[in-house]
Amino acid sequence: MASRVIVLGIGNIERGDDGAGRAVARLLRYMLSAPVEIVEQDGEATALLAKLDGAASAYLIDACVSNAPAGTVHRIDANHASLPQTSSDLSTHGFGLAAAIELGRTLGQLPPRTIVYAIEAESFAAGAPLSEPVATATVIVADRIRSEIEEISP
Amino acid sequence: MARKTIKVDYLARVEGEGAFKVVVRDGAVKSAELRIFEPPRFYEAFLRGRSYLEAPDITARICGICPVAYQMSAVHSMEKILGIRISEPLRELRRLLYCGEWIESHVLHIYMLHAPDFLGYDSVIHMAKDHGDLVRKALAFKKIGNDIMNLLGGREIHPINVRVGGFYKTPTKRELAPLVEKLKWARDAALDTVRLVAKFDFPDNERDYEFVSLRHPNEYPFNEGRVVSSKGIDIPVEDYDKHFKEIHVEHSTALHSQIVGRGPYFVGPLARYSLNFDRLSPLAQQAAREAGLGKTCTNPFRSIVVRAVEVVYACDEALRIIDAYVEPDKPYIAAEPRAGVGCAATEAPRGLIYHHYELTADGSIKSARIVPPTSQNQPTIERDLTSFVAGWLDLPDVELQHRCEQAIRNYDPCISCSTHFLRLDVDRG
Repeated sequence: MASRVIVLGIGNIERGDDGAGRAVARLLRYMLSAPVEIVEQDGEATALLAKLDGAASAYLIDACVSNAPAGTVHRIDANHASLPQTSSDLSTHGFGLAAAIELGRTLGQLPPRTIVYAIEAESFAAGAPLSEPVATATVIVADRIRSEIEEISP
Repeated sequence: MARKTIKVDYLARVEGEGAFKVVVRDGAVKSAELRIFEPPRFYEAFLRGRSYLEAPDITARICGICPVAYQMSAVHSMEKILGIRISEPLRELRRLLYCGEWIESHVLHIYMLHAPDFLGYDSVIHMAKDHGDLVRKALAFKKIGNDIMNLLGGREIHPINVRVGGFYKTPTKRELAPLVEKLKWARDAALDTVRLVAKFDFPDNERDYEFVSLRHPNEYPFNEGRVVSSKGIDIPVEDYDKHFKEIHVEHSTALHSQIVGRGPYFVGPLARYSLNFDRLSPLAQQAAREAGLGKTCTNPFRSIVVRAVEVVYACDEALRIIDAYVEPDKPYIAAEPRAGVGCAATEAPRGLIYHHYELTADGSIKSARIVPPTSQNQPTIERDLTSFVAGWLDLPDVELQHRCEQAIRNYDPCISCSTHFLRLDVDRG
């Protein structure tokens, strides 16, 4: 389907702010009226890439660590920019989001519109909930993605 | 545009976080420490007070790559306590689920993490520029493992369909049928993989390991068998604690495992293969022989070939199971909760994984102990690296780090660590 839109929330909900991406995905399930595929994943690169296959637009949300204040929202147009030099600056996953994006780019498999939202994390404590700044940021990011999707497919 | 490396200095992934420290004094390696900050200890605490029925869903969260292994060791332990004997079709479905996990995990490691080392690339992203078709094929190949996980586990990661006593829902024969053509393609792809990786250059590094794995009377081991070693251990899993002990070491939050009275040992594909070559399917044995492997393999650098052989077996075994599948009468065997103690070991892609539980009369978990493969292998990995690094001391730090990362990937300690081996701290005095 040429106009397929996918939202991928990435992370581990049992490791504090690592669950930020998935929290955004859960919010969007209630906020989106347009037909959008919403998926939660742990962030393993090849599984992410498989989900991107055939999508026209993809929004990927993950937690990141780049020494910005907790809750800072980074938006990257992955079709026009690489993710920053080290994935540790942006993603909390090893062979994860950054690898998926770059592998997809190399293989010519990135959706024409691929947007990454990264939320600066504060804590990855096992079993902890989202920290307050990150929880606030998830609402902001969900709203921004809703606006973007409704702009392209009102 | 593409980045040069995938660097990871801090990981929030549950499979492992770590660093590697080498101390060099007077031109000799004094110590090599692998630091792993491994969270199963948290899980052991999470599990206390929860119902035995929750154990497979909670333990599946320990690892995004081998959740089935954690689930299987958990459900088998519970079934021993409750006196449940699962039916043959359910047993076969569990083996099929394990096939899916092995295909997914091994193919990921072989192509995305390990092959770039041998083909001279910094990462699979660089490899994909020259070998795009190979990487595309590998992605399709791995996805077939995911497809099995999806069908039997309810979703690709952290499966939710595994239940103490069986499954919440079992597939019909018709639902399994679409996997057959995919698996036939995957088996051919696995044979191609063995041929490909067998041609890589391997350093001569035969090691004197004590291999430990399960051994079953007539199957290559997934879920069942006695615990055996290459130096004479042959025990029921209930005696595991008499022969293996965990010790705390200062530099790691993961406990180190030792064989009582002897020291480090080694679990994983090399161990399984070397202790169970005669249990592989004829096709997998033939592939191994054609790849130049003997009936045992003690060179960790050749582990990529052994993984490929195990993928041939997993595809072959999955096809056998689907062909012979008879739909079970009921998806699970139920039992009344009761107090008791039980343990089980199964074979995760990375090696033997041991669980031990105590339940109270209402089926609540009183205590849980989980011994994952990587912590069992940690002392062996350190010992091997100490030996390897001694030969690489003349190299500049950057090159030395690269070699260490490559060597670490032989052990597939976990996806996070394998991708890029974190911080290397070389203290040259």
